[in-house]
Amino acid sequence: MKTIKMNINHQEVQVQAGLTILEACRSLGITIPTLCHLTECKPKGACRICVVEEAGKRNLIPSCVSEVTDGMKILTHSKRSLASRRMSLELILSNHRKDCLSCTRNLNCELQTLAQTLHVREDRFLGEKTEGRYDDLSNGLVRDTSKCILCGRCVDACLNIQGLGVLTLMNRGFETRMGPVLDLSFKDVNCIECGQCVLHCPVGALSEKEEIHDVINALEDPKKFVIVQTAPAVRASLAEEFGAPMGTRITGKMVSALKQIGFDRVYDTNVAADLTILEEGHELLNRLENKGVLPLITSCSPGWINYLEKEYASLIPHVSSCKSPHMMFGAILKSHYAKVKGLDPKDIVVVSIMPCTAKKGEKERMTSEYKDVDHVLTTRECGRLIKLYGLDLLAMQNSDFDQDMFGISSGAGVIFGVSGGVMEAALRTVVEILTNMPLDRLEFKELRLIKDVKEAEINVNGTIVKVAAVSTMKAAQAILKQIQEGTSPYTFIEIMACPGGCINGGGQSIYPRNHDLKTEDVIKLRAKALYAEDQDNTLRTSHMNPDVLNLYRDFLGEPGSDVAHHLLHTHYSAKEALKLEFD
Amino acid sequence: MLEQRIHLALGAQSNQEAVLHQLHATLKKNRLDDRIQVYCHTLNDLQKPACGIYPERIFYENINENLMRLLVEVQLLNKTPLEQFQQLKLDQSLIERFDQWDKDRFFYKQTRIVLKNAGKINPEDIQEAIAMDAYQALSKALTSMTPQDVLDEITLSGLRGRGGGGFPTGRKWQVAHDQVNDVKYVICNADEGDPGAFMDRSLLEGDPHAILEAMMIAGYAIGSKHGFIYVRAEYPVAVKRLEIAIRQAENMGLLGNNILNLGFDFSIEIRLGAGAFVCGEETALIASIEGQRGTPNPKPPYPSVQGLWGKPTIINNVETLANIPQILLKGQKWFRTMGTASSPGTKVFALGGKIKQTGLIEVEMGLSLREVIYDIGQGCEHNKKFKAMQTGGPSGGCITAEDLDTALGFDELIQLGSMMGSGGMIVLDEDNCMVDVARFYLDFIVEESCGKCTPCRIGTKRLLEMLNKVTQGEGTLELLEEMEELAQYIKTSSLCGLGQTAPNPFLSTYHHFKDEYIRHVVDKKCDAKVCKALLEYTIQADLCKKCGLCARACPTYAISGMVGRDPFTIDPNLCIRCGACVLTCKFDAIKRQ
Repeated sequence: MKTIKMNINHQEVQVQAGLTILEACRSLGITIPTLCHLTECKPKGACRICVVEEAGKRNLIPSCVSEVTDGMKILTHSKRSLASRRMSLELILSNHRKDCLSCTRNLNCELQTLAQTLHVREDRFLGEKTEGRYDDLSNGLVRDTSKCILCGRCVDACLNIQGLGVLTLMNRGFETRMGPVLDLSFKDVNCIECGQCVLHCPVGALSEKEEIHDVINALEDPKKFVIVQTAPAVRASLAEEFGAPMGTRITGKMVSALKQIGFDRVYDTNVAADLTILEEGHELLNRLENKGVLPLITSCSPGWINYLEKEYASLIPHVSSCKSPHMMFGAILKSHYAKVKGLDPKDIVVVSIMPCTAKKGEKERMTSEYKDVDHVLTTRECGRLIKLYGLDLLAMQNSDFDQDMFGISSGAGVIFGVSGGVMEAALRTVVEILTNMPLDRLEFKELRLIKDVKEAEINVNGTIVKVAAVSTMKAAQAILKQIQEGTSPYTFIEIMACPGGCINGGGQSIYPRNHDLKTEDVIKLRAKALYAEDQDNTLRTSHMNPDVLNLYRDFLGEPGSDVAHHLLHTHYSAKEALKLEFD
Repeated sequence: MLEQRIHLALGAQSNQEAVLHQLHATLKKNRLDDRIQVYCHTLNDLQKPACGIYPERIFYENINENLMRLLVEVQLLNKTPLEQFQQLKLDQSLIERFDQWDKDRFFYKQTRIVLKNAGKINPEDIQEAIAMDAYQALSKALTSMTPQDVLDEITLSGLRGRGGGGFPTGRKWQVAHDQVNDVKYVICNADEGDPGAFMDRSLLEGDPHAILEAMMIAGYAIGSKHGFIYVRAEYPVAVKRLEIAIRQAENMGLLGNNILNLGFDFSIEIRLGAGAFVCGEETALIASIEGQRGTPNPKPPYPSVQGLWGKPTIINNVETLANIPQILLKGQKWFRTMGTASSPGTKVFALGGKIKQTGLIEVEMGLSLREVIYDIGQGCEHNKKFKAMQTGGPSGGCITAEDLDTALGFDELIQLGSMMGSGGMIVLDEDNCMVDVARFYLDFIVEESCGKCTPCRIGTKRLLEMLNKVTQGEGTLELLEEMEELAQYIKTSSLCGLGQTAPNPFLSTYHHFKDEYIRHVVDKKCDAKVCKALLEYTIQADLCKKCGLCARACPTYAISGMVGRDPFTIDPNLCIRCGACVLTCKFDAIKRQ
């Protein structure tokens, strides 16, 4: 590794060549704040918060785009650079709707933190503010540009991470505004509501559409039987909302907290994940046997399903008709469960706690008389709910999920939360059924890599079957194109909308994205929690889950039966990617 | 057979199309249309409708339909100079021969190198351009010079970028040449956007082949086969003529593959700018050609290393390019005989503002500003007192009367706190309020900021709001200090050149005319009587004839009095300071201060 000598704040230092000043300083423990910088994307030098003073230069230089050079002399916190930094911040604040107290990002806002760090003590500049736009017409996302600081991180995330390009900057100068093309609502454009933009927003300009109050109302209604289910990925991130380190596994405490809040039942969506594996596995086996449409693509990620319907409708026959696990669970709770428990389905309220913003839209997909799921809360909302009820999550006792009827779930179910997990879980079941032998291995290391596209090959009765697990729509584009062109080498493909899968989903806990913590580290830490839970589980294959087997025995019959089809499967249709209405 | 040619140059008034139609109709009626060619410029150097007759070199200004008819019937048909046609009773000052202009007006201190063909040849006919030596330099370069020879010639000539910064063109080309890459690009920056500037437009409309030739020479020098001309869509005539020029050059084997049969390939495409001022900034221009949002990107990497689609790219302004063929043809030594040591050659300026003779001028560098204003421009209109000259457009600054003897040059102007810019020259007289001038330019900047970086997007807006306060009489001395601090911040912290120069109109006027600012904030007075909020209209009782005309003219009924009995008075709370009363009063009884 080549190093160079330079002078930072009057100290001679050696730093790695090729780094930017920002990176070099961070490697030395000197924090230069930024707002527009994203570790994974090309630096833009737009916010001018990270400016530093270079000896001999009239102008201040942005440290995020300037590379270190031999003999360079830098002052990171000189009077001039601090004054300029504060001025930039004060100007940004002068065009920001400062309703911090009622903002979803209160206490977790990078702008707020920066104002504290840079010692802002007055509203220095008063003047006109850019006209804002408020869009809450979509199911999952809310855009409020009056809070936007135009850092462009959401634009980067949408285009460069997801490959979608829904968000853009429009107009120019002081009138610049962030949003979808023509200032349309998210619901009318090619947005898939994955929520990656929300994760990358430093302020409250982009957020999930909150449903906390609906949940509270249901809890307070004595007539309602409120059941909550939690997705696998939530347990790997919820603790961060309470200040715990990234990747803390909080399953037992989370269950206690939800019980404390007063949910009538707390179930694990993992049970439904096992159910999904049986249905989806059956679908795959069926297609293999009857030479059906292959490759089969998973359908648990509603972001991906939105993308499918808006951009790749021609591939609908390739996609599994299975509902996603929480929707299956909801359908079972409002049918079989209600009947067994003697409850009126209309009195059952199913609340899903999901790492996802797209699930909020998914729950609106009606396939039967009742909504499968009534409310979807993100991991962040769940944190808020727990705080609202005065509970200190980290101090709670561990409890088990409710055991009646759906108390047992497999380790295969829990790894649904990480990219490659659904595939791994499916292989554990499908290969065993196909080969009629126990698998020689349960863990597929090649599907646990931190990559956008992961492949595995399995020997099934002498035939090599190729499968893939893909995350991000950007990575999916190439894979989908292969299918369209008929050159796909795969038999079965898992697609997740968010990078790394649900553990990095748009509804997860938000951490400052401009810091050294890379997305791959986040994925690694949170995934570790889920893999550990899988390993700790004695039951590791879905088709051995007794509760699921009982459900088939008592109610569904067999995988793919008419009842199963009616309740657990859905259908997709092409949707317009751009809805334009002209007066 | 062609005998004569009429060059009709239209200005910015409304009767112009009619003049052109009248000319065509009269020519046809008198069966002169096959002998006399009409060539219409869309705008002329003088900004007033005018026409020139060749080969006689007779010049008529202020042409109208009637005059046009007479011109054809008397001058062209009967070969009688119009001025001898006594019945017409023409204002003799309007009719002059070019010779006179060459001798003692407008043209006589100019050196037309870049503009040598503009307005003289038919730009839609490549033959005429070739007759004026077009493509000679290209053929010289391709046949007898290596790319390095070309680079050396340009470097030695000392040619500096005419688009604003004044960066040495040779050095820029050399860097691009030294990059090892199969694909390189040459871009002509024709996104002229400074208010009141039309140098590039005249060149593109008047001599497009010079630009094409220069781009090819640049391509040969740096090893590029593709060129783009980025021209603003608001220049439809320039675009049309460039398209014609490209087609004609291609048809003659002067552009395309195997040019002049010498094995050199070069293609040129036109890209239209959508009207954003910032797209004249090179990284924004590149983004725009790439189909991205036209916003600047940080430099380095510089375009000559990593430009369009990541390839080495040189971007030169139209006027810079127009110099290239002549430097190659006549040699760098010839070029260096003009101008100053640090700024050789000539520069085209758009002379405007409160000056008698406005128009497009090309002068040698080193000429004093005084000569430009008083010899070429004939001094201020209505013999008003010269106050300042604004150069460099919204990025530039003001030059005061004290500095008028400074020689024109890149470094000289920067030393005065202004800049050459692309060549806008606006003369201001005693009726201009310098705070208002700063406000005007800053308003432009706020409108045209791309919005990418904080200092330019919000900083300039706040600075404008503060300037507005000053003109509204709400300013304080503290506010002025705060404005200076904000302006310095914008200057040192903005992303691109436009942001870094954005506060210049304020800083420069504040530096040179601080008294005027202080008068605005302390005394709440605008001595130039421009800032309305600071004006006060009063009727002087001793001069008032009590006629009441002013009261009738007042749109807000702010004036009251009794006709014939009491002197009239103005209620300052109702007065909107429109000045209608002043115009109505026949006795100069209304005072504005």
